[in-house]
Amino acid sequence: MSDKQPRPQAPVTALSKPYWDAAAQGRLLIQACGACGTLRHYPRLLCDQCYSNEVEWKELSRRGNVHSWTVAHHAFHPSFSAELPYTLVTIDLQEGTRALGRWRGETPYIGQPVRGEFEAIDAAFDLVFSPDDQAE
Amino acid sequence: MSLSDKACVSGVGETTYMRGSTQTPLELQLEASLKAIADAGLDPKDIDGVIPIGIVSGTSEDFVDNFGIPDLRFSAVIPHGGASPAIALQCAAAVVGSGICNHLLITFGRSVTASANKAGARIHNMAQFHYVTEYEHPQGNSAPAQIYAPMARRHMELYGTTVAQFGEVAVACREHALLNDNALMKKRITLEDHRNSRMIADPFRLFDCSLESDGGAAVVISASDRAADLRHRRVFISGVAAGHPDSPASITQRTDMTSLGLSKAAPRAFEMAGVKPADIDVAEIYDCFTYAVIRQFEDMGFCQKGEGGAFVEGGRLGPGGALPTNTHGGLLSQAHVWGLNHIVELTRQLRGDGGRAQVPNAELGVVTGYGDLGDGGLAIMRRG
Repeated sequence: MSDKQPRPQAPVTALSKPYWDAAAQGRLLIQACGACGTLRHYPRLLCDQCYSNEVEWKELSRRGNVHSWTVAHHAFHPSFSAELPYTLVTIDLQEGTRALGRWRGETPYIGQPVRGEFEAIDAAFDLVFSPDDQAE
Repeated sequence: MSLSDKACVSGVGETTYMRGSTQTPLELQLEASLKAIADAGLDPKDIDGVIPIGIVSGTSEDFVDNFGIPDLRFSAVIPHGGASPAIALQCAAAVVGSGICNHLLITFGRSVTASANKAGARIHNMAQFHYVTEYEHPQGNSAPAQIYAPMARRHMELYGTTVAQFGEVAVACREHALLNDNALMKKRITLEDHRNSRMIADPFRLFDCSLESDGGAAVVISASDRAADLRHRRVFISGVAAGHPDSPASITQRTDMTSLGLSKAAPRAFEMAGVKPADIDVAEIYDCFTYAVIRQFEDMGFCQKGEGGAFVEGGRLGPGGALPTNTHGGLLSQAHVWGLNHIVELTRQLRGDGGRAQVPNAELGVVTGYGDLGDGGLAIMRRG
């Protein structure tokens, strides 16, 4: 819809820029501690295990399993009104940490194997998960 | 040194709760504060400590200016959303219990109407919600109902918690609201009405969600040895504690998203008070959503984890139930003033001033706060 109000935009910071730059290329990049390798998400300044501020960004497979979900039936921001109802999923990523994204598929279940893809909408990116048919 | 019983609630006050107030939050705060101070039998100039609550609250300076307080000895800001009033009790007990000041005012005002400050819009300006603002709001995870819903859904899937059990909480709050002239909700509801209310963020229906309302509430916390001769019998703070969940700024990243900060705080508060959950006569539980009440009973040890749904069944929480809960109607059916109304109500119950909702022989009660994605606080209070 051309008269649709645009989605709220993520404020990009020095901490989050690598994440969003990668998302624009369809890649999911997560912070790994440059000293001890511990993954952390969402991005922050220090590793909570060794307190190092060294960071190596690591590309993840975008595969994982459903941790929980909700179906939005009410839009709390006008840009989402036309999309109702839509499902939001919380995903345990295969390599560790979680992601929140949109869902495409039948009602999910806890533990369901999924795979995600970034999709550009307005100036932002949805991380859209769907059932992973290739999961073992 | 234990702080148990060193501080007490000496005064409580509330405005009329409403929607569509033309007053500012500070006006509502001042009105409630004057009522609480008068209820204690104090003069506003006796106040020597203040903790203003809320994101649009007046400052401590506003209270000095409006009351002509000659010697404010303590002020603080407690930035934990709906947990702030309960966590403020911890701060107040420590401060008056150690002699820093004698009569501390905790005061809240809110005018959703005047500020056009709805849930979906306001949290994205708050620093503690920046992960939501950056990574979730742009995808449509915008308001507390949506952000908390996955916690409830996971609890349902893991433990078999049901829609009807959520409904039990909504009905108990409504039944109590019908006994309270200063409650916004006036119409009886059934479990069926709850189930049929429109879906907001599955599994939360409209009747699972707390109200948006305008009003002010305030309490005066006094050093117990300075309150023996005031107007009302004292209501002692016997145990009080605060706790914060892992990953406090993101429910998505929380190791156990069904666990709240209250699970860390509750053992400390019960130990300090020297009582057990089974000793509690009346409970005022922060009810931003029905599910939150179920979960907090588990977190406090009233039942095992996963058994909260069964715990609230059969009218246990309603008038005349085994554990009357939210005897004022709660955030679900009285008004949403960040749970300061829960502290006001527990005080009234323990004084024996609970009106038509008075729990017979209520001597020991618990009040909780829950805010900002999982911060928690609780106080165990005892009739003096």
